[in-house]
Amino acid sequence: MPTEEHVLPDTALDVVAPACHDEDEYELVYHKPHTMVDVSMHYCPGCAHSLVHKLIMEVVEEMDIQEQTIGIAPVGCSVFAYDYMDIDMQEAAHGRACAVATGIKRLMPDKYVFTYQGDGDLAAIGIAETLHAINRGENILIVFMNNAVYGMTSGQMAPTTLAGMHTTTSPDGRDVGYYGSPIKISELMAQLPGAFYVTRQAVNNANAVRRTKKALQNAFKYQQLHKGTCLVEIIGNCPSNWKMTPIEASKFIDEEMVKTFPLGDIKVPKAEDIKTPSASSG
Amino acid sequence: MTETKLMKGNEAMAEAAILAGCDAYFGYPITPQSEVLEYLAREMPKHNRIVMQAESEVASINMVYGAAGAGFRTMTSSSSPGISLMQEGISYIAGAELPCLIVNVNRAGPGLGTIQPGQGDYFQSVKGGGHGDYKMIVLAPASVQEMADFVYLGFDLADKYRNPVLMLSDGAIGQMMEKVQFKSYTRPAVDKSWATTGKPKTRNRNYITSLFIQPERMEQHNLKLEEKFKHIRENEVRFEEINTADADYLFVAYGLSARICQKAMDIARDKGIKIGLLRPITLYPYPYKRLEELAAQVKTMLTVELNSGQMVEDVRLAVKGKVAVEFYGRMGGMMPTPEEIVQHLETLIQYHHAN
Repeated sequence: MPTEEHVLPDTALDVVAPACHDEDEYELVYHKPHTMVDVSMHYCPGCAHSLVHKLIMEVVEEMDIQEQTIGIAPVGCSVFAYDYMDIDMQEAAHGRACAVATGIKRLMPDKYVFTYQGDGDLAAIGIAETLHAINRGENILIVFMNNAVYGMTSGQMAPTTLAGMHTTTSPDGRDVGYYGSPIKISELMAQLPGAFYVTRQAVNNANAVRRTKKALQNAFKYQQLHKGTCLVEIIGNCPSNWKMTPIEASKFIDEEMVKTFPLGDIKVPKAEDIKTPSASSG
Repeated sequence: MTETKLMKGNEAMAEAAILAGCDAYFGYPITPQSEVLEYLAREMPKHNRIVMQAESEVASINMVYGAAGAGFRTMTSSSSPGISLMQEGISYIAGAELPCLIVNVNRAGPGLGTIQPGQGDYFQSVKGGGHGDYKMIVLAPASVQEMADFVYLGFDLADKYRNPVLMLSDGAIGQMMEKVQFKSYTRPAVDKSWATTGKPKTRNRNYITSLFIQPERMEQHNLKLEEKFKHIRENEVRFEEINTADADYLFVAYGLSARICQKAMDIARDKGIKIGLLRPITLYPYPYKRLEELAAQVKTMLTVELNSGQMVEDVRLAVKGKVAVEFYGRMGGMMPTPEEIVQHLETLIQYHHAN
């Protein structure tokens, strides 16, 4: 909903577009990965999804594994992930991504398989499928986007909603006496022997983005080892449903979200575990 | 010559799955079909196939979705309460047009019900148990032999139409032992270029989805599915007829009920009642046309089911009021004896004669 400060001044439309120059005059310093479809995204301004999509596709491009990668899109804001990622993908029913990924990976153990799931999808309706996939040590990567609300249905309380946080279904703030406390999925799942690498990152500033990229690189590489599940939780900005500007949302992560969801590695493989692939590659 | 074996229906079905080239089976234990998972847990690894006991039927049907979407020949089986749990996944599978085989060894319900055989899942099977407009091809075996044969047929039909196929058996057919032969089988070549196997540079990405957010596109998808179901209705109706040539009366029954009716027919014929049997083999598509033809010939049809009267509605739809369609059924895992059915038939004949 536009507020006064967001309304463009009349003169904005009068800005003259820069004249076209010969491409040779410029040095290419950045390009979108070729593993992304060249379309504009439906995500809100300041949303974490577009950035994380790009990071995953950068890793796929850098590792040159487009041909070997299959992604699973969830139900939630990122339901259209397959419109943006130029790889083979499957759309899963709400919460079932890890079961779908299991079906794919068990039959194609040498492919890279990842799920992309939000907190409603993974931590509420799909927690059983997630927990059991990790407990089986499925050799998949789970990218867990945690923005503490149901985004697509416009901001209802999620299992990860912070204590006291206002949402459309917790209008007076999440009452932990009534609804319990936010679930710390990564800490919970790291307890399972099947979890190989568990980390929680964010994308609300340049350093955080670099660390998230590194985590995704690790997770994709670890998948070659056939030693268990990688879970990369990413604290996502959701300015629209948090009813904040993108800058306020980024600050909210640093000031509030990390108190409940501290960033950093939660379970890292031992040095000897990342040297050789496991004997059983199934 | 093909060897004849004595096997349980559930085990014959499992063995047929291996012979049909099933790449993966995902299941969850539930009576009366746990033998399927047990048999395959033992046998599939010997053939380098995947078998997995999932954490729930919800998970197993979604594992089927993933594997089928990747182009593999995939199946699951369960019994009534477990099949209810799978309905979400089945709707997605139908919407995403994924070929797979689902087997329901029907037990009596509702709810937890009983582990004894029933046919109470007819509506769920043929009228769309999950949400949205879709149909499964539904095959109803009436013998251990058919439980095996319909695995091959089911997989082939699923591949042919890119549609889930349901084999609707029941606790008696699944548990009883009979002679069975495993015929030689050649798997038809099927194009699965739509599968998500990893995108080479030479083709566009494949994606498996049932989501079409724009109503115009969704309707196009619905119409495409309807066209497919129409084609199935026109080409895949299967049924068996016994003693219909001279029949004045007709039993209509499927699966276990048809087996009982066969015996009842023999008893009735010995008493001079000219009765035949029509046994639908496909419950979807349904033999409406043949039943309508027979409506011009017989005086009364008697539908026998192990439920409160479900398929009888389709028989009535078929005959369009041209002939009386009566119903006899038992529930709760109870099975009628042939004599009990004949007695009911005689009462009906007397009633219709008097009126």
